[in-house]
Amino acid sequence: MSRAVGRNVVRKDGAAKASGRARYVDDLTRPGLLYARTIRSSIPCGEITRLRLAFDASGFTVVDARDIPGRNVVSLITDDQPCLADRQIRHMAEPILLLAHEDRERLLGAAVEVDYLPATPVLDAERSDRVFKHVAITKGDVDEGFRRADRVIEGEYRTGHQEHLYIEPNGMLAVPENGGVTVWGSLQCPYYVHRALAVLLGLPDDKVRVVQAETGGGFGGKEEYPSMIAGHACLLALKSGRPVKLVYDRVEDMLATTKRHPAIVRHRTGVARDGRLTAMDIDVLMDGGAYCTLSPVVLSRGCLHATGPYRCDHVRVGGRVVMTNTPPNGAFRGFGAPQTLFAIDVHMDRIAEALGMDPARLRELNALRPGDTTATGQVLGRDAAALDVLRAAVARGDYRRKRRAYRGTNRGIGLSLFFHGAGFTGSGEVKLQSKASLELTATGVRVLVASTEIGQGQRTAHAQIVADALGLPYDAVEVAVADTSQVPDSGPTVASRTTMVVGGLLKQGAAEMRTMLGHLTPAAYLRAHGPLVVTKQYEPPPGLVWDDETYRGSAYGSYGWACDVIEVERDPVTEEIRPIRVTTAQEIGKAIFPLGARGQIEGGTAQGLGYALTEEVVMRGGAMANAQLTNYIVPTTLDTPPMDVVLVEKPYAHGPYGAKGVGEMPFDGVAPAVVNAIRSLGIDLRQIPATPERVMAAPRIRDSRLRQAADRPASARQAGFGIRKR
Amino acid sequence: MKRAQRPIAFTLNGKRVSLRVHPMTRLLDVLREECGLTGTKEGCGEGECGACTVLVDGQAVNSCLVPVAQVAGAKVVTIEGLKGRHPLQRAFAEHGGAQCGICTPGMIMAAAALGPRPTLGQVRTGLAGNICRCTGYEGIYRAIKKAESRSKKPEARRQETAPTIAPSKARTPNPESRIPKAGTQRAR
Repeated sequence: MSRAVGRNVVRKDGAAKASGRARYVDDLTRPGLLYARTIRSSIPCGEITRLRLAFDASGFTVVDARDIPGRNVVSLITDDQPCLADRQIRHMAEPILLLAHEDRERLLGAAVEVDYLPATPVLDAERSDRVFKHVAITKGDVDEGFRRADRVIEGEYRTGHQEHLYIEPNGMLAVPENGGVTVWGSLQCPYYVHRALAVLLGLPDDKVRVVQAETGGGFGGKEEYPSMIAGHACLLALKSGRPVKLVYDRVEDMLATTKRHPAIVRHRTGVARDGRLTAMDIDVLMDGGAYCTLSPVVLSRGCLHATGPYRCDHVRVGGRVVMTNTPPNGAFRGFGAPQTLFAIDVHMDRIAEALGMDPARLRELNALRPGDTTATGQVLGRDAAALDVLRAAVARGDYRRKRRAYRGTNRGIGLSLFFHGAGFTGSGEVKLQSKASLELTATGVRVLVASTEIGQGQRTAHAQIVADALGLPYDAVEVAVADTSQVPDSGPTVASRTTMVVGGLLKQGAAEMRTMLGHLTPAAYLRAHGPLVVTKQYEPPPGLVWDDETYRGSAYGSYGWACDVIEVERDPVTEEIRPIRVTTAQEIGKAIFPLGARGQIEGGTAQGLGYALTEEVVMRGGAMANAQLTNYIVPTTLDTPPMDVVLVEKPYAHGPYGAKGVGEMPFDGVAPAVVNAIRSLGIDLRQIPATPERVMAAPRIRDSRLRQAADRPASARQAGFGIRKR
Repeated sequence: MKRAQRPIAFTLNGKRVSLRVHPMTRLLDVLREECGLTGTKEGCGEGECGACTVLVDGQAVNSCLVPVAQVAGAKVVTIEGLKGRHPLQRAFAEHGGAQCGICTPGMIMAAAALGPRPTLGQVRTGLAGNICRCTGYEGIYRAIKKAESRSKKPEARRQETAPTIAPSKARTPNPESRIPKAGTQRAR
């Protein structure tokens, strides 16, 4: 009997946040606190030849690479990124030196002179020969698929950097204590920080403690970079023996921290006359920036979503992510999928155009159905809901009628169909070995997980799952602070995995605890038997097999499915495109906390509108030239249209109460739907953001015959990609 | 090289405060560091995001752009001044108005300055200087609507509204000296 799940309970963190009582890292202080500052490189590539402190250093703590007691790396996948540059500089704003002082004015006034021997930077991903990772996915025989094609349609699609723009900038407070160090910080992944600190500081695990402060937004931007900041704060704290607070201001946060990977995706697609896809040949290039960070996994997810939610027997996806001398790109909501889903769904509209077909009909024909196989050979279960969301959004958004009605006006309407794999890619979840615990309290139960509340509603959804599985009221469930000295490693708070995977472990634990309690209340159990903690560790669902070498098998435990219908209006004078209305149907298995799920969908959609239309990271000489809110434009109330959200629930057999992930998917489909809406205005745009300048410069699609001339007959397929150089 | 400090007095959340600070210190820093009221947040430091919104004589301002000298003798209300009892606070907590929460205090202060029962158009314009990266604003609109229906209820409820909040049209002693939040400034 479900009592909390599926209901809009009062979110656990709501009152503290609305009252101003919630404590974020910059709200914390300690006696004897030092403020900290990072000295960064001002060239994108080269060597440091000389460094001079041009200030009175009394009262300062100064740290450089030689002060690092352990290994000078931000430990993650390849350990290639130094915590402090020693000699070699690989990107602008790379950390070189750390300063701390109790007086902020003196700290900010301190001048450090750095001389460099500059080298020629690689700033263009297409010219980089240094590859962090290749991915190859093959299904069927793509050449055979092209032989069966009546038409071959090609295209190149480009997406830019994107800044997360969580409203709380990054920050850490480090305190030397108990022969080690404790950090409080704005972060998503306490155990990522924990491991990175142990490696950097050469400390045993039990001497490093990481505690999440209330975190003002993450979106992936606080997945890996906090390990760097925590390292800096700890180095200063350990050297000075005093508490150190290192909080970035907005400009530094935008200049130095990670962004979404820019991508160039090329499609060559064979289609039969009736619209069925016969072959998909896809090439993905991503710009990783100066260090590896999470790029291999971002590329992997990008490639695994590159076909979109479409069935095709003959697929080849080749991807690579390369190094450039720009600040490292990293995790950002969607994690590679938004780039490739943008490409395929704009490409689908171009295919529809070439065939003279209704775009919704083309998608209906090709949408993955239960029992179909993905490009990696994964057989989809009954919860494959592409058709359901497509039909729901097309009907609710009145897509077909409006498409006709808007013809010849400055209104356009576009569609996108998309999916998103929830949980870590491939064997990631197996390797993580996540653990989640429940501890019985006198009044109920406490959830012990390293999953973090970053606004998405983790505390609330986890408490709802546990309450129902234990048969306790929602209010009897408390959620512990994510503190590595208190909670087991339930894995990072990323990849839309927190409800589905960690929530699943909690549900199992709660069911076990319920059996142990029998008829006893928590208080009575504690009196009779003493303390009770139940811990569950991840086991893959039966049949979930993945091969990292061949990219065959089940890439994800489950997929969510969604369809966006977006209306835009074009200003005929300025060429500005304004979103007018969004209709979205999203299938997420089960909405544990419907208000939270809706918040994720609406918020992800707004962030996607920024990605599609206004959020341009202008890179100049390897650095972001518009690293401030004045000219990096994120959607405000006046830029965000009304949204009609339709939740579709097709339970996932191995998710708690049927839940899949919801955090990332809402972002994925916005940009292609917007660009398809712009396309319906006769504007052939293949790059985002769709700024007025780009819209103005884009070729016009004058009539249907011209549209068809944009693709080529099948016989031209050997000619390779027909890429229009910009 | 400590900067010269000057005495300044103003009313903060209904109580008179006297401080010695440099007159150009940002009101935001005075609130957070001198007065210990950390509910007011810094998101950008350049008056774009609105996370630091407070009321000065009833008008919503970005406290990161206000030198403290400008609030001498004024009535300043921060999120703490609503004491957790303003209908907007409960509505934001319960109806999806707050997710990560960092914009929430500023958003609530800006909404409080709109006066009773604003239209959706007034809300959209009035909050255009407050950026939320989590909600897509829909949850915020819903929360404001809920708060409104709640504040319409019996007198007892109405009294919970902090008395220091004047309607947004309240006359300020020296309007020139303040930087009112131009809600439409970022509108494109």
